[in-house]
Amino acid sequence: MLEIKNLHASIEGKEILKGVDLEVNAGEVHAIMGPNGSGKSTLANVLAGKPEYQVTAGEVMYGGKDLLAMRPEIRAREGVFLAFQYPVELPGVNNTTFLRTALNEARKYNGQPEVSAGAFLSLLKKKMRLVEMPDTLLSRSVNEGFSGGEKKRNEILQMAVLEPKLAILDETDSGLDIDALRIVANGVNKLKTKDNAIIVVTHYQRLLNYIVPDFVHVLYDGRIVKSGGKELALQLEERGYDWVKQEEVTE
Amino acid sequence: MDASELKSWYIDVFKDFEKYLNGEKLSPVHSLRRRAIEKFSELNFPDLHQEEWRFTDVSPILRHTFSPARPGELRGLIKDKLSHFLFGGMQSHLVVFVNGFYDHRLSSILDLPRGAFVGSLSKAFEEGRESVLQNVSMCADTGENSFTALNTSFVQDGAFVSLPAGVVLEHPVHLLFISTGSDNLIVQPRNLVITGEDSQLRFIEHYVSIGAGVYFTNAVTEINAGMNSVIDAVKVQSENEAAYHVATTAVTLSSGASFDCHNIALGASIYRHNLNVMLKGEGSNTNLEGLYLTKSQQLSDTHTMIDHSSPRCTSQEHFKGILDDKSRGVFNGKILVRKGAQQTNSYQENRNIILSDEAKVDTKPQLEIFADDVKCSHGATVGQLSKESVFYLTSRGIGEEQAKLMLIYAFANDVLKNVKESEVRSELEGILSARILKGD
Repeated sequence: MLEIKNLHASIEGKEILKGVDLEVNAGEVHAIMGPNGSGKSTLANVLAGKPEYQVTAGEVMYGGKDLLAMRPEIRAREGVFLAFQYPVELPGVNNTTFLRTALNEARKYNGQPEVSAGAFLSLLKKKMRLVEMPDTLLSRSVNEGFSGGEKKRNEILQMAVLEPKLAILDETDSGLDIDALRIVANGVNKLKTKDNAIIVVTHYQRLLNYIVPDFVHVLYDGRIVKSGGKELALQLEERGYDWVKQEEVTE
Repeated sequence: MDASELKSWYIDVFKDFEKYLNGEKLSPVHSLRRRAIEKFSELNFPDLHQEEWRFTDVSPILRHTFSPARPGELRGLIKDKLSHFLFGGMQSHLVVFVNGFYDHRLSSILDLPRGAFVGSLSKAFEEGRESVLQNVSMCADTGENSFTALNTSFVQDGAFVSLPAGVVLEHPVHLLFISTGSDNLIVQPRNLVITGEDSQLRFIEHYVSIGAGVYFTNAVTEINAGMNSVIDAVKVQSENEAAYHVATTAVTLSSGASFDCHNIALGASIYRHNLNVMLKGEGSNTNLEGLYLTKSQQLSDTHTMIDHSSPRCTSQEHFKGILDDKSRGVFNGKILVRKGAQQTNSYQENRNIILSDEAKVDTKPQLEIFADDVKCSHGATVGQLSKESVFYLTSRGIGEEQAKLMLIYAFANDVLKNVKESEVRSELEGILSARILKGD
């Protein structure tokens, strides 16, 4: 589904990704871990198409197509979804209208009929139960005045509505208490199928107790320096990132 | 012609105007005009050296020798176009003015409660209504504004709305000012609104044009709100883009009175609105909102002045601008809290979005506080659409253009949503969408 080869990316002239290689197949959950500043969020944002990042080398194939040649909205309509680390507040943009517009844009692009306001509302209510979200958040502006936990839940709600093929969760656990973390993780697990893939970007192992990865990769200084199964996350938790850094140096 | 020559030119025009007035010269209104032209001759037109005008250069207006409009022309042409300006058939007391003069054949005023008056100021003068003579020029002519003095010098017609005590007017009053857009006319409506104790009024002051010529609307609106009366006003300035529009709205609130207004500025080449609210009575309240949309070389200037002269009054101001091309916006918000005005609560906000590299905004809060038990706050921002917000929307599959539209719309709708008449609101929303879609 996703094939990243030798990806280099920079922001404001500073190189952050220095040759990332990664292959993700349908039905898999990948965790990308790494210390602060290793390039985890950059990788997530580059995949979603954030214009501030320049790709200086490498390629990313997604479902056989060149992902990097697509505008962000096209990537989304093709099924790529980024759950933001810091979801922005959009005062005056109604949450429900926003979600319906997003869904219908994807449906139009994929040659499907648009969903009416009424049908959308019942769909939305169903999806909201996944993330245990109260109805009141629907009539509000997107993320405006939401607590940290509500914002993250709203991200997963969007994921539930848009049903992406490839979901990238960028530090979705940051700022969440244990209850909110469980709700968000449960939502993600229910959305997991054999046809989609999930990349979980996280600094800590604790989210991976709930969303269990098939593969764990350690990103360090813009490169994936170690890959393994879910036990790698536990090792990291025990021994810290310094262990990987030292290995990197000795290799 | 320089500004001082222009001044003499208007004084000469006044002499001609007096001749044409014939017998009316002996009326009390005319002594008001005479005092005003004397005042006008003492004043000078503003220039950039004056603090109140330092961001707004009116010299393009002063390059024209405008002639006063006369009543009654082109009525047939207007009749066909009238429906464009009626907010989708909204039920209202429709009062139509053509080049500043009341037109009874185009107007249609619904049944009114006893003692209420909705119609022409000139008719009210003729009827010798005492309240008119007592009130006209009570609020507006206190300052040193030569445009206001010019309006008063030529005062003839405009809207007069008066509600007696206790009357709640069910339908809004739609004051529709149509300019024929003929070249070189000065149109000077003079409007007076008086609300009695405990009365309630909603009105819309609506300026449009049907021609593309250069003309000058120099309007003055005075509002005198009685005790505990409630007024909700909308001003829609939608003149053609060659026109000039200078206006003063002067409001005086008695105790417990409330004045809300929503100012939507879309048209004119140079627009200057002085919006002065005097919170004269204890416990009165005002809520001023505005949205200015500018493009090409338009200039839109809102100067508000809130005079807290009594205790326990509140004022809120919430003005927003969306500026494109080489246009300019000005917001100057003065709040004066006088010595005795304890427990004043005042809030002012001005936010602007700039859509091009060349548009510019000058925003200036001006707080003068002489009481010690007050709450006053203000905030101003000028910026572009947030890239983070645009990316957030596009990352969900919404195209970039539509994402921008959604964000601008949300920004503006913050003001539009408070317009009470749904027909007016939806028309303005339509104009906003069309403007944004076309503009970018």
